[in-house]
Amino acid sequence: MREPIKYVLLTASLGLLLWSLYKIGYVLPLEANVAAYQILYLHVPSFFAAFTGFFLGLFASGIYLATGNFKYDSFAAGANEVALMFATAGLASGMIWARYAWGIWWTWDARLSSMLLCWLVYVGYLFLRKSVEEPTQRARLSAVLSIFGCVNVAFVYKSIEWYRTQHPSPVLSFRNGGDHMGPGLEAPIWWNWLALVCLGVVIAMVRMQQGEMSREIDALRRQAHSY
Amino acid sequence: MSSAALECALEVRGVWKYYGDFPALRDIAFRVIQGSTVALLGRNGAGKTTLLRILAGLSKPSRGSVTIHGANVREESTRRRIGVLGHGISLYDELSAFENLRLFSKLYGIENPAKRIDEMLERTDLTRVRDGLVREFSRGMRQRLAVARVFLHDPEVLLLDEPFTSLDDRAIGVLQSLLNEMHARGRTIVMSTHQLREALEAATHVAMLQRGQIVHAGERQQEMLDDTGWLYRTYGEN
Amino acid sequence: MYLRQVLTIAAKDLRAEWRTREAFNASFAFMVVILVLFSFAFDPGNSDISIPAIAGGMLWIAYSFAAALTLNRSFARELQNDCLDALLAAPILASALFFGKALANFALLMVMEIVSLGVFSLLYNVKVLAQIWSLLLVIVLGTWAMTVMGTMFSALTVNLRLRELMLPVMMYPFLVVPLSAAITLTSDLLNGISFGAENILWLKVLVFFDVLFTSLVVLLIDVVLVG
Repeated sequence: MREPIKYVLLTASLGLLLWSLYKIGYVLPLEANVAAYQILYLHVPSFFAAFTGFFLGLFASGIYLATGNFKYDSFAAGANEVALMFATAGLASGMIWARYAWGIWWTWDARLSSMLLCWLVYVGYLFLRKSVEEPTQRARLSAVLSIFGCVNVAFVYKSIEWYRTQHPSPVLSFRNGGDHMGPGLEAPIWWNWLALVCLGVVIAMVRMQQGEMSREIDALRRQAHSY
Repeated sequence: MSSAALECALEVRGVWKYYGDFPALRDIAFRVIQGSTVALLGRNGAGKTTLLRILAGLSKPSRGSVTIHGANVREESTRRRIGVLGHGISLYDELSAFENLRLFSKLYGIENPAKRIDEMLERTDLTRVRDGLVREFSRGMRQRLAVARVFLHDPEVLLLDEPFTSLDDRAIGVLQSLLNEMHARGRTIVMSTHQLREALEAATHVAMLQRGQIVHAGERQQEMLDDTGWLYRTYGEN
Repeated sequence: MYLRQVLTIAAKDLRAEWRTREAFNASFAFMVVILVLFSFAFDPGNSDISIPAIAGGMLWIAYSFAAALTLNRSFARELQNDCLDALLAAPILASALFFGKALANFALLMVMEIVSLGVFSLLYNVKVLAQIWSLLLVIVLGTWAMTVMGTMFSALTVNLRLRELMLPVMMYPFLVVPLSAAITLTSDLLNGISFGAENILWLKVLVFFDVLFTSLVVLLIDVVLVG
């Protein structure tokens, strides 16, 4: 059952990405004077996908702690890992955009630094997973850290609304026609988000299967050592 | 080990403990009636420590339940009734013997603690070093103080992990006399051990763990005392 | 009853620490060393540099570095003779154990920080007494933020091989927001700016962080300590 779902999601994701690439490249009346404006169509959905992943990680971790079912631990690990990947892509694309728009690679703007912060929290999560060998302990501790991390992400996200920032105001204000972006230009952001989430779910599923396999290997090794 | 007519001090129902996918304990189920002394046998890695930690509430079973006098071990009121002696001495080097015991008497809410502490120091022959720091104690003194800590709150159920393995002769003597006294007062004792004579002599019942499963449970037989390797050979281990 | 257990644990930790003063001496010395090192990072005699304007950053960087040293030992010291098992077997809630240890850490850090504040005031000729009560409030709130996260991560990493390395890697990303709040407020107060419309938000951020993460720890500490 899982296999067809993976292919369906993968196809949907790639199709959506190609379609929105076409729209962004040829259809949308993007202002030519804003260099590399198109990259925002990757930048913003990457972060949305990252947040989606962190929240999925939070839920999976919570379910793991409640049920003790390792599937959810593996899924949480996969989701957080993929989310970290998207956050990396978001940061990288943001840096490229900043280079074109502002002439600098990095600025210590509140939104940027806060994303870097979230990124670091989940790098810590990966560190933790790497440093614990016993699967049950690893699952338990990393589930706790995942919950803390996600709450921190929410806290940081909330707190940057209080900063003054040179960053374009939060994307959700596109709704109100904020910044340069007209409502008609907004749709591909959401489609790309969906595409990236689909892609992320596929990767997380693969990681989940790998997690299950490595747990099986670990169990076999323990068994071999115990007899 | 079960007898419906007698008060059940400790009941283990379908306990599994997984490390990842590896079952360290598999479907452990037994009852310990009040007043019995159980020797938990098994090789290293058979799951003795894991099981004792679960009985003590230091670890949660993946499946199944443990009740002590009918109540969950993780409840505070239940934990007050059990005494746990693990591998370490569980005492603070920077505190004196008296301070260590006072700490635990406060945590256990013991009434008239000073009197009880002095009584236990007397029993373990540590009155002389009452105010000495544990850091300065010899190994044997530390072990006796560890024993004093376990018996301090007069537990109804004692859980001891390899109690005789690391003790010196004097500490073994102290522990044995305390255990005998507890047994005479109808207290329940569960201790894990390799195949040591001391444990088998004290035991009324024997349970044997093999690869996370109970393979033998019952009253202690005379042949176990005469030939301590008997059980192991019976279950194909040397 | 609960409070008595918390105080018993805290008193035990403080008494043991008082006997050796290992953690205190090392952390305090480290704190002062960092404060002195700052004088090499820039020239304090240069009149272009306003020390009060960067005082918050200097103080809190020193505080947080020293805090990592102290907090790292918090649960690690329970491992020495398997003391943690005896505490967990005792009839107290895991959260009482946590608060006891957190309280002891908090007291140690507060003493170090207040003495360092005096040292800092002497070395850099900064007047700290003008708004000392507001400053103390900020230090209390900021220190509790460090304490609650640090003690939590000390518990989380206690059985890990790399715990000395893991704690800072995981802790600092969580502390950036409360620390930056404390830094801004401290700099303001040392510059003679009292709490007002401009900076009261930061105080709220600190309080909110403390309340949020303290509650989260209460929920999760049992899972962390009893596996």
